[in-house]
Amino acid sequence: MRDEMLARVRTAIGQRSTVDVPRAYRTVGSHSPGSPELLDLLADRLIDYKATVLRVAVDGIPSAVAEVIPAGARFVLPPGLPDGWAPDGAVAVVDDGSLSAAELDGFDGVLTGCTVAAAETGTIALDGSAGQGRRAITLVPDRHVCVVRAEQVVQTVPEMIARLEPQRPLTLISGPSATSDIELIRVEGVHGPRNLVVVLAG
Amino acid sequence: MKTYLGMPTAPAGVGALSGSLPFPDAARPALADAQLRRNLGHATRTIRAKRAAVVGEVSDWEELRLAGQAIKKATMARLDEHLERLEREVTARGGRVHWATDAVAANRIVTEIVQATGATEVVKVKSMATQEIGLNEALESAGITAVETDLAELIVQLGHDRPSHILVPAIHRNRSEILEIFQREMGDAPADLTDEPRRLAMAARSHLRRRFLAARVAVSGANFAVAETGTLAVVESEGNGRMCLTLPQTLISVMGLEKIVPTWEDLGVFLQLLPRSSTGERMNPYTSMWTGVTPGDGPQEFHLVLLDNGRTAALADEVGREALHCIRCSACLNVCPVYERAGGHAYGSVYPGPIGAVISPQLTGVAANASLPYASTLCGACFDACPVRIDIPALLVHLRARVVEERRLPTPESIAMAAASWLMSSPKRFGGAIRAARGVRLVGRRRGRISALPPPLSGWTASRDAPVPPPETFREWWRRTGGGRDE
Repeated sequence: MRDEMLARVRTAIGQRSTVDVPRAYRTVGSHSPGSPELLDLLADRLIDYKATVLRVAVDGIPSAVAEVIPAGARFVLPPGLPDGWAPDGAVAVVDDGSLSAAELDGFDGVLTGCTVAAAETGTIALDGSAGQGRRAITLVPDRHVCVVRAEQVVQTVPEMIARLEPQRPLTLISGPSATSDIELIRVEGVHGPRNLVVVLAG
Repeated sequence: MKTYLGMPTAPAGVGALSGSLPFPDAARPALADAQLRRNLGHATRTIRAKRAAVVGEVSDWEELRLAGQAIKKATMARLDEHLERLEREVTARGGRVHWATDAVAANRIVTEIVQATGATEVVKVKSMATQEIGLNEALESAGITAVETDLAELIVQLGHDRPSHILVPAIHRNRSEILEIFQREMGDAPADLTDEPRRLAMAARSHLRRRFLAARVAVSGANFAVAETGTLAVVESEGNGRMCLTLPQTLISVMGLEKIVPTWEDLGVFLQLLPRSSTGERMNPYTSMWTGVTPGDGPQEFHLVLLDNGRTAALADEVGREALHCIRCSACLNVCPVYERAGGHAYGSVYPGPIGAVISPQLTGVAANASLPYASTLCGACFDACPVRIDIPALLVHLRARVVEERRLPTPESIAMAAASWLMSSPKRFGGAIRAARGVRLVGRRRGRISALPPPLSGWTASRDAPVPPPETFREWWRRTGGGRDE
C-alpha cells in the first residue's frame, strides 16, 4: 500500500515546485531571556490560567517549595533534582521508573524543574531530562510544583521551540488542565494535575 | 489536466463523510429547533469574542498567517518527500509506520494491531481522522471497546449522538442536557450530580480515571508531524491526551497525510496560530510531542497510520488542494452565519462548517456531497478567520463548478440557465420575454412583492419573496423619454 499511496501522491502533485516560506514573524522577542519584564509577563499569563505563582530569589527556592508542599505530603521526585529543593518535612520518593500509574496516583504531588518557558503564552516545557523525569510522574499526581529559573524564560514561542530538542519526549504546559466543552465555559482541573504551582526564581 | 477525475476517493458506506440528506433538507430540523439555535448562538458568540481578544494582542498575526499558508503550500508541493522522510525518522526511533489507502484499510490495520496486543478496550484521544473513518464502529464489530476520553466526545458517545463541531463536538448540548445524558448513561455518575459545568467535568474525571490507569492501548490522531525529526504533536486541554499518550504500553496514531509539516521550526508558527484560533487561548493547557519510542518513558510500542482516504484526490485538484492546508482549528465554523444557524449535523460529515463544505466533497468525490459547496452565502468571514488563509469562498465557487461539470443529467436549474442564455443572446427575444414577465404583476399587487409563485418557480419563493416586475422596463423608458431628455 505504501508504494501505491506514494505513487498517488506523485501523480496528484503533478508539476513539482519549491515554495519559499516568508518568515517575517517575530522569531525573537524584544526582551532578552530572563529579563524582569519577561518574568512579570510569565507570572501574569500563568495566573490568568489559574496557576499559582510564587516569586522568589534564587536562594529562596527551598523555602518556597516547603511553603507549597505541606509537611507529611507524599511527593514523587524526578531523578537529578538539584540538591536542597525537596523540603525536609515531606515524604519524598525519587522515581526509579518502576512506579506504576496506580502507584503514582497515590502521591499528593510532584516537584520538578523545567527546560524552558515562554512568557507570552505562559507556557512551561518539560523534556524528561534530569530534574524533570518521565512524563507519567508529572501527569498522574494531582499537584505539580514546577521550579522555573529566570534564565529559562524566553519571550516568544519560536524562541521556546528553538531551545527544545525534538527527539526528547516533550510536554508543554500552560496552566492546570482545563476544559471548555460545556457551553464554552472554562473549568480548570480535569484529568491532568488540577493544581499547578510555579516557583519563579530569580 | 484534471487528474482528480481518476483518483480514488473515500469509499462510500464507511465512516462519516456524508449524510443521507442534502444540506437544505438536513438543516430544516435544526432551524426549527429553538433550543439548539440558542445553544449554538451562545457558544459561537462566546468563542468569537475570546478568539478576537487573543488574536488582537499578537502584533505579527498576519505575518504568522502568511508563514502558515506558505508552509502548508510547501508541504503539499513535495508531500511525497516529506512522507518518506517522516517514515524514515519515525522508524529510526523505534516506531512503525503503516500506510492506509482508505478508511477500510486503516480500520483493518488498527484492529489488527489492537488484536495483537490482546486488549479488548482502547482509550481514545479526540481525533477527527478516526471519526472520519468510523474506527470506533470497526473496533466494536471486532469486539473491542473504544472509550472516548475527551469530555465533549464522551458526551457525544454516551448520548449515542453525532459530533457537530470540530473542536467542541457537543456544542449543540447545553448543561442540563449533558446532566441528563450522564445520569442516564454513565453508570457511575454521582447521585447528587448537578448541571454545574465543574461538577459535570469532575464526574467525567472519576468515570475515566480508572480506565486511564489501567489502559494498555491508546488510539490518537495527530495535529502535526514534523518530517525532518519524525516528531508527532497532539494539542489538548484536559490532560486526557497526555493520559492516553503516556500511560499505555501501545500507542496507535492515525493521521491524515496532510498533517505533516516539513521542519521543527514550523511548529513555532502553528503553535501560535492554532490555540488562539481554536479555543481562543494564548496556548492550550497541554501539548505532547514525541518521536518514535523513548525507552523508559511512555508507550514502548508506537504505530503511525498514514491515511489517504481521498486526500490524494483533493491534492490532485490544483485549486481544491488548498483545503488540505486546514489545521482543524474550527475558527471558520464559529464565524459562519450558516453554521451558527444550521449547526454541524446538517452537513452530514464529521467536517462541518465552511471548511467541511470544501473538504468533505473532495474526499468523497463531489457527487456524494453535491449540496455542501452551496451551503454558504460566500460572505468571506471564514477566509478572514482562517489562520492559514485558506480562501474558502473561492474553493466553494470552484467546487460548485465541479458539481455542475460532473453532473451527467441536466437539472432544472441548468435547463433554466440554458433557456435564459438563449433568451438573453438576442435583444428581440429578451425584450419579448421581459414584456411577457409583466403578466406576473397580476399575482403580486400587494406591497410590490410576490410571496408564492407556481411550480417550478415555487422553489425560489419558498424561502424568499420575488420582486414584482416594474410596469415599464429600462429600455422602454429610454425609448419613450429619449434617454431621459423628455422627462
